[in-house]
Amino acid sequence: MTTATSLSGAELPSGPPGPNHHSARRRARFRRGVTGWLFIAPAALMYAAFVLRPLLTTIWYSFYNWDGISVGTWVGVDNYRFVLTDPQLLSSIGHAFFLIIFFAGVPVIGGLIVAALLQEIKIRGLGTATRTLLFLPQIIPGAAAAVAWVWMYATNGTVNQLLSAVGLESVTRAWLGDFDWALVAVGIIGSWLGLGFCTILLIAGIGKIAPEVYEAARLDGATFFTTFRYVTVPGLRAEIGVCVTVTIIAALASFDIVFMSTQGGPGYATTVPGVQIYQLGFTESRVGLASALAVVLTALILAVVLPIQRLFRET
Amino acid sequence: MKTSVREQVPGLVLLIATMVFSVLPLLSMLSAALQPQGSVPLGLSWPSDPQWHNFIDAWRVAEVTPLLVSSIILVAGVVPVAALLAAMAGYGLGQLQVPGGTVVFVLLLLGLTLPREATIVPLYYQLRDLGLLNTRLGLILVLIGSFMPFAVFWMRAHFQSVPRELNEASALDGAGAWQAFLYIQIPLAVPALASLCLLLFLWTWNTFLQAIVLINDPTKRTMAGALQNFVGQYSTDVVLLNAGSLLIMAPTIVVFLIFQRHFVKAMISGAVKG
Repeated sequence: MTTATSLSGAELPSGPPGPNHHSARRRARFRRGVTGWLFIAPAALMYAAFVLRPLLTTIWYSFYNWDGISVGTWVGVDNYRFVLTDPQLLSSIGHAFFLIIFFAGVPVIGGLIVAALLQEIKIRGLGTATRTLLFLPQIIPGAAAAVAWVWMYATNGTVNQLLSAVGLESVTRAWLGDFDWALVAVGIIGSWLGLGFCTILLIAGIGKIAPEVYEAARLDGATFFTTFRYVTVPGLRAEIGVCVTVTIIAALASFDIVFMSTQGGPGYATTVPGVQIYQLGFTESRVGLASALAVVLTALILAVVLPIQRLFRET
Repeated sequence: MKTSVREQVPGLVLLIATMVFSVLPLLSMLSAALQPQGSVPLGLSWPSDPQWHNFIDAWRVAEVTPLLVSSIILVAGVVPVAALLAAMAGYGLGQLQVPGGTVVFVLLLLGLTLPREATIVPLYYQLRDLGLLNTRLGLILVLIGSFMPFAVFWMRAHFQSVPRELNEASALDGAGAWQAFLYIQIPLAVPALASLCLLLFLWTWNTFLQAIVLINDPTKRTMAGALQNFVGQYSTDVVLLNAGSLLIMAPTIVVFLIFQRHFVKAMISGAVKG
């Protein structure tokens, strides 16, 4: 559609009339193609060299048994069979899916509620204050967020202090060292990181919904919840789609937070594929297996994210 | 019609609770960082005698000066190059409508959902073979490559919105196109480029996985990557650990507070476009 306009445009200054018209047009188009490719080439080469090539190499490694030093041996799909049957690796994939509740579910639902409340409660300065404070976790490195939360969850940290203050001493514990609670505790760090991102995105989305719709709903006597259900949520379809996609990828591919807060422990209670790939690949020298897990993780992310994108794009 | 104040109270309480939740971990870090060194702090408690000099000690033990220099070198190596390459490619894809450009575009689309874990293992061996392991140049190249999908998308979206007549006025052979790009298109793209640079700065500064895998020497890493080493060394000294971590976080927080409006806008449109 756009080629037609740009073609005729390109010809305006350069297309000489006469018998050579046709070949000149072809030459112009060819030259334009070459020029265009010269513009694209540097970016494409960097992407090919440092993303596509290693991606293909990951797939290649995944069929080998290789320690990173000696000569590898071809093992076919054995690495994949191991990934899909080893209880420890399977549980790490399970953990990643469990984390979706905290990395995606809590921030999206919480973000929707906060954004809707801000639309309702118009106190000067409140919006800016909320935005600044909620956004802060989003800009510090995930690794640093983990350090902050390790201290929050420590035996004499703030979480236990607050629990004791409300008379819940009996439930205090070293949260990240607790087999039953460590994964939930890690998940809450993810909620903390994602909440600001989702809220801000959703606030921006609400700004695009016509104020008259809210006014009409109010005149009809709609409660906060009715307005939320029938105006806010449907109006934010696209933004919710973005939030869900970004946060689910963050959950499935989590590394920084888990690595810095628990290293996968206690035992294997909080291992996730990201940490496993790092440990298998760089501390246990099982390069083939690490690569197979990386391929499985990538495939899972694509399998989850692509349908979601379709779901939220179609209206 | 406005809701009465009384009706707003539950919502207001919830909002304030959310804000407290957001800053509580940072506040408890600060309170721990100000306790006397060697003491065992308790949760969130403002010290009677805040030990601000802890930050000076932490600056030294966390080697903040070399880390700042290192992170700035990395940012200076990554951001301008990545932004220029992305602007060129975005121009080629969005304005010149290069034949075969769709293939490049679809391949880049794949890169947007790719986790870093998908490429990290071979990247280590690839850089080793290039002799670039443990060098900042290696990390810079890797980061430029991995930022390309988003950055090109971003610039392509910008160049698609620029009226094509701008190009038609100038000749389209090699030199002409380059001149037009440099002197007509780039000045118009400054707002889009500025937002992109802000995001690239943040992502480079916060790079963790690639930094700890590809660079052994913590002082050559990013701030975030160096945190791993610092935490490993000082995990038992709660006071210094928190003071040092706060120092390591501080630069992005300061930049954020200065450019807050731009940051938020860039991240929002970045997410929607991506």
